[in-house]
Amino acid sequence: RGRTEIDEELLEDLEEVLITADLGMKTTQHLIQALETRLAAGRLTDPEQVRELLKAELKKILALESRPVDFSSASPFVMMVVGVNGVGKTTTIGKLANQLSRAGHKVVLGAGDTFRAAAAEQLEVWGKRAGVEVIRHAEGADPAAVAFDAAKAAVARKADILLLDTAGRLHTKVNLMEELKKVRRVLDREISGAPHEILLVLDATTGQNALTQARMFHEAVGLGGIALTKLDGTAKGGIVVAIAAELNVPVRYVGIGEKLDDLRPFDADMFVSALFERS
Amino acid sequence: MFDNLSDKLDAVFKKLRGHGRLTEKQIKETMREIRLVLLEADVNFRVVRDFVATVSDRAVGQDVLKSLTPAQQVIKIVREELARLMGDGEDNSLKLAAKPPVSLMLCGLQGAGKTTSCGKLALKLRRDKRNPLLVPADVYRPAAIEQLKTLGRQLGIEVFDSTINDKPVDICSRARRYAELNGFDTIIFDTAGRLHIDTELMGELKGIVQAVAPQEILFVADAMTGQDAVTVAASFNEQLPLTGVILTKMDGDARGGAALSIRAVTGKPVKLVGMGEKLDALEVFHADRMAQRILGM
Ligand SMILES: Nc1nc2c(ncn2[C@@H]2O[C@H](COP(=O)(O)OP(=O)(O)OP(=O)(O)O)[C@@H](O)[C@H]2O)c(=O)[nH]1
Ligand SMILES: Nc1nc2c(ncn2[C@@H]2O[C@H](COP(=O)(O)OP(=O)(O)OP(=O)(O)O)[C@@H](O)[C@H]2O)c(=O)[nH]1
Ligand SMILES: [K+]
Ligand SMILES: [Mg+2]
Ligand SMILES: [Mg+2]
Repeated sequence: RGRTEIDEELLEDLEEVLITADLGMKTTQHLIQALETRLAAGRLTDPEQVRELLKAELKKILALESRPVDFSSASPFVMMVVGVNGVGKTTTIGKLANQLSRAGHKVVLGAGDTFRAAAAEQLEVWGKRAGVEVIRHAEGADPAAVAFDAAKAAVARKADILLLDTAGRLHTKVNLMEELKKVRRVLDREISGAPHEILLVLDATTGQNALTQARMFHEAVGLGGIALTKLDGTAKGGIVVAIAAELNVPVRYVGIGEKLDDLRPFDADMFVSALFERS
Repeated sequence: MFDNLSDKLDAVFKKLRGHGRLTEKQIKETMREIRLVLLEADVNFRVVRDFVATVSDRAVGQDVLKSLTPAQQVIKIVREELARLMGDGEDNSLKLAAKPPVSLMLCGLQGAGKTTSCGKLALKLRRDKRNPLLVPADVYRPAAIEQLKTLGRQLGIEVFDSTINDKPVDICSRARRYAELNGFDTIIFDTAGRLHIDTELMGELKGIVQAVAPQEILFVADAMTGQDAVTVAASFNEQLPLTGVILTKMDGDARGGAALSIRAVTGKPVKLVGMGEKLDALEVFHADRMAQRILGM
């Protein structure tokens, strides 16, 4: 009797961990119910065992069978970066450009956000930091025209990689999602098979809406992977578990700050451990 | 599966038909459904727990089941309590009555919408016949100053001259003197995005507050924020004398439970709501509408 009580409390604690890490109710309930079933079957006595079991389950969900991005699979390899407003798209491109260029690739950036005030200037600063060229138009220009020029420039310069920034847009704005599709078509017309990867940037502080974001962007343009930013704060970004479970889109990168070096490959072990750390 | 709270509660009451007062089982089931709806809307775990306790008390105290539509009766209680928690009926206007120049400072996490909201505020104030000066005090984010200058150009509103080599506190002090000398009656300070746990940058904000004593210190929060909203808002509120909140990106489909969490932990009113990227997309906050939105109604 005593043990059951402890177990119930433990399950409540674990439920709190999952909910407060933004995993969402569906995923949380699913995970907790699975644990309950295991507990009912007996054998597990140590709370630590239960916690480890849950961690293993989370890692299993996150460890999708996904190929890493192979930047040498095409030349130029085109990556288009999308997401809602203010999540960290431009910053992530800057960091990624730096890493890729350090690794010996010739990188070109396309300033596909022609809407937000000084978006191209922001990307230019990152371009300078990373030491790579930025193709831009004036504010208010057609983003598809920027994509066209950036693709042309990448080919002409014999670049290995083109990273295309796009304006932040809420997934609910139909015309803006259509605009993304148009940009994608233009890239494909200029460089067959492009974009070779569409990266969705998600802000770790986002709650349940991130699942809807992923769903809608995936539906509109097809996602290759996710970059989860702002993990240097106290938010856990647990919604990516729900996204992995539902959409099978892998997390590729995590952002852990505002500096050039603050981008890391996603590590499921570290991520899951951090979920259980009290902040 | 049922889509909204109303249907869910109807089902609960149908299943557990009773007379007079709610049975314990009905209360439990009802509260379970309410809890789920609120958590799915990103209301913070602990805020939900307290809230459910309050609603539970009220529901027990009333003869909910004597009404012909018990589910609607409970929802009415939930909506009223939500709206009350969010400051229904309280004064959430900007405090601009002091001797000019009156200062407003915006602060918050990275990418929340501060700079855009500064532009929106400037436009709103000019429409209210004020003469605002925009002040870029973000020297860290690439092209942040240029961003505000662009907004100023679009609006025809002056933006104080600063560079990334200046210190934010100095920029703000100088801008204040400039406003005094040049007849601006309102100053809007745009600060860099920062984490609540960044002691150094939070210290910088304290320095600005000390230097210009803003009448309004507005915490800018993204409506899509999840469970962490309470941690961040509570921390900003502890370190700075916040006077209110601007909730941005409400033009999307996020339920916006963070609004409730932030209000609950800071006690500071949500004053304005960002409804889009355009500079006229700023609205006053309505607690009751927010309550309905959180409930998905
Ligand atoms: N702390 C932290 N801040 C970040 C991280 N990534 C980006 N940021 C900050 O978040 C803010 C928004 O970043 P941007 O790169 O401009 O985001 P965006 O998605 O391009 O924004 P829009 O183009 O306006 O939609 C900036 O202040 C960045 O410095 C991160 O990993 N950690
Ligand atoms: N849809 C929508 N987008 C918004 C709203 N408010 C701001 N944005 C967008 O959100 C993104 C970030 O806005 P900023 O004003 O740059 O945010 P910030 O808080 O100043 O960012 P940092 O200075 O980097 O911390 C931009 O793409 C804005 O256009 C809003 O109410 N609705
Ligand atoms: K974190
Ligand atoms: Mg950007
Ligand atoms: Mg800003």
